[in-house]
Amino acid sequence: MEETMIIAKEEGKRERLEHGPEEPVIRIRGLYKCFKDHQVLNGVDLEVKKGENLVVLGKSGSGKSVLIKCLVGLIYPDAGDLEVFGRRITELNEEELNEMRKKVGFLFQNAALYDSMSVRENLAFPLRQLKKDMPRAKKEALIEEVLDDVGLSDAIDQMPSKLSGGQAKRIGLARTLILRPEIMLYDEPTTGLDTGTSHEISDLIIRMRKKYNISSILITHDMPCARLTSDRIVMLKEGVVVAEGTYKELEGSDDEWVKSFFY
Amino acid sequence: MQQSLNPIRRAKMRVTQKRSELKQFLYEAGNLVAFAGQTFREIFRRPFEWRETLYQCYQVGYKSTFLIGLTGFIMGLVLTIQTRPSLAKFGAVSMIPGMISVSVVREIGPVITAIICCGNIGSRMGAELGSMKVSEQIDAMEVSAINPHRYLVVTRVLATTLMIPLLAIYADGIAFCGAYVAMNIHDSTTFRHFMVAAMTHLEFLDIVPALVKTVLFGWVIGLIGCYKGYHARRGTESVGIAANSAVVTASLAVFVIDMLAAQITDLL
Ligand SMILES: Nc1ncnc2c1ncn2[C@@H]1O[C@H](COP(=O)(O)OP(=O)(O)OP(=O)(O)O)[C@@H](O)[C@H]1O
Ligand SMILES: [Mg+2]
Repeated sequence: MEETMIIAKEEGKRERLEHGPEEPVIRIRGLYKCFKDHQVLNGVDLEVKKGENLVVLGKSGSGKSVLIKCLVGLIYPDAGDLEVFGRRITELNEEELNEMRKKVGFLFQNAALYDSMSVRENLAFPLRQLKKDMPRAKKEALIEEVLDDVGLSDAIDQMPSKLSGGQAKRIGLARTLILRPEIMLYDEPTTGLDTGTSHEISDLIIRMRKKYNISSILITHDMPCARLTSDRIVMLKEGVVVAEGTYKELEGSDDEWVKSFFY
Repeated sequence: MQQSLNPIRRAKMRVTQKRSELKQFLYEAGNLVAFAGQTFREIFRRPFEWRETLYQCYQVGYKSTFLIGLTGFIMGLVLTIQTRPSLAKFGAVSMIPGMISVSVVREIGPVITAIICCGNIGSRMGAELGSMKVSEQIDAMEVSAINPHRYLVVTRVLATTLMIPLLAIYADGIAFCGAYVAMNIHDSTTFRHFMVAAMTHLEFLDIVPALVKTVLFGWVIGLIGCYKGYHARRGTESVGIAANSAVVTASLAVFVIDMLAAQITDLL
């Protein structure tokens, strides 16, 4: 299974190369964020090119979640330039910000399913709110399609409280994929899952990226997931990017701190 | 450490502490006003969430009918039983229906309904939105370009604003029934006679201000419940804090509004 995944990834890369020069869809310059007297982000710079999957590694509490929350305007940064699709998000008004958000999918660390709604309603809710003129049958078909994508078609009528952590993550993923985002921000999609499920999710991420040509930032502590899904990795320490490269390059790094992630 | 400070320093510290508490209070009050303003603005923005509003109305109305009915009945009953001896002394037993109707419609019905709703609905909204906040469900709505304020807050506040006046009217009605039952312990009156006696004492100035008051009660209960939940901090214990402080703040607000309303109707 692993082999096919790697092949799938290589194919994806080749396809992207054929598209010619890749323009960045996300660009972050000098991002600072401080909570009370706790400096979390201390001048982060990074870029994500179209179709690329950037993995962010860093110790727990290093501000990885804060970083991607800044990108969708959930947290307002103290300083720094954040560009998504070439537009500075701190300068967008509410309407423009919402237009941008429709193109960005966000998978929360704890899935954040609406727990008063069943799985079906969780998936139907964003469609009902955002795609008002879509016919009902089309919505139903879409719901079934994404559930099939994440391999949970039979959970359609369950309540989120009945789902396991891994199932909830996959439904969360389905809920964001149903809106066909151009950029995906994954916050620890595989944490707390067994190796098998974790592989399945990595595989799913690769497949979805190929299927819908998604650019993404993926936060993880799970090295196999990083190895399978990453085109490039950045490492965050004390609020700054300290290392950057492909999995292979970083694995062979001399830096003790960098190496500590790989073993 | 505290011991070694001289009294003046200590007094100064206490003043600073009090001042920062006051600052915190003012800050909170300002936030609440801004929240109310936003809620009011969002009411008029399209599209309106009919479905969710109706669902919330159902939740607010249906979930409290039994409790409010029972309390209303007991209130009417007890009020009658307790005022009867005093009025009987003056031979004014025939005044009981009128007295009951005025006190129930003007004060007891609205306030009892509001207080029960604070405990029942305000706390539920605080806890519900609080846990949605803590588990990032509100953030999830926001990042998928759905306005959580319009979907969650406006619908709930409208539901309480519409339903609490109705519940208060219902409580008044049931309280009359309780009073009628209590009347019949010692005397015997027909229900018709009792109601006619009760209604003849009610004036326009008893009914309308009471109704306006309940609308305000509904508005603040929904608003404070949602505000507390929406602004819950991180961590699970803040859900409990949100629910608790929703009840406390909303009850307090109900009494303050009640007092102001009494002053204003007095001037009319
Ligand atoms: N809304 C907030 N208010 C105050 N502090 C916050 C907030 N969000 C995050 N923090 C703080 O910022 C720091 C970084 O948090 P963040 O959630 O980004 O860590 P992380 O790198 O995602 O860690 P993990 O891998 O455990 O998820 C933490 O110390 C946290 O307490
Ligand atoms: Mg995190």
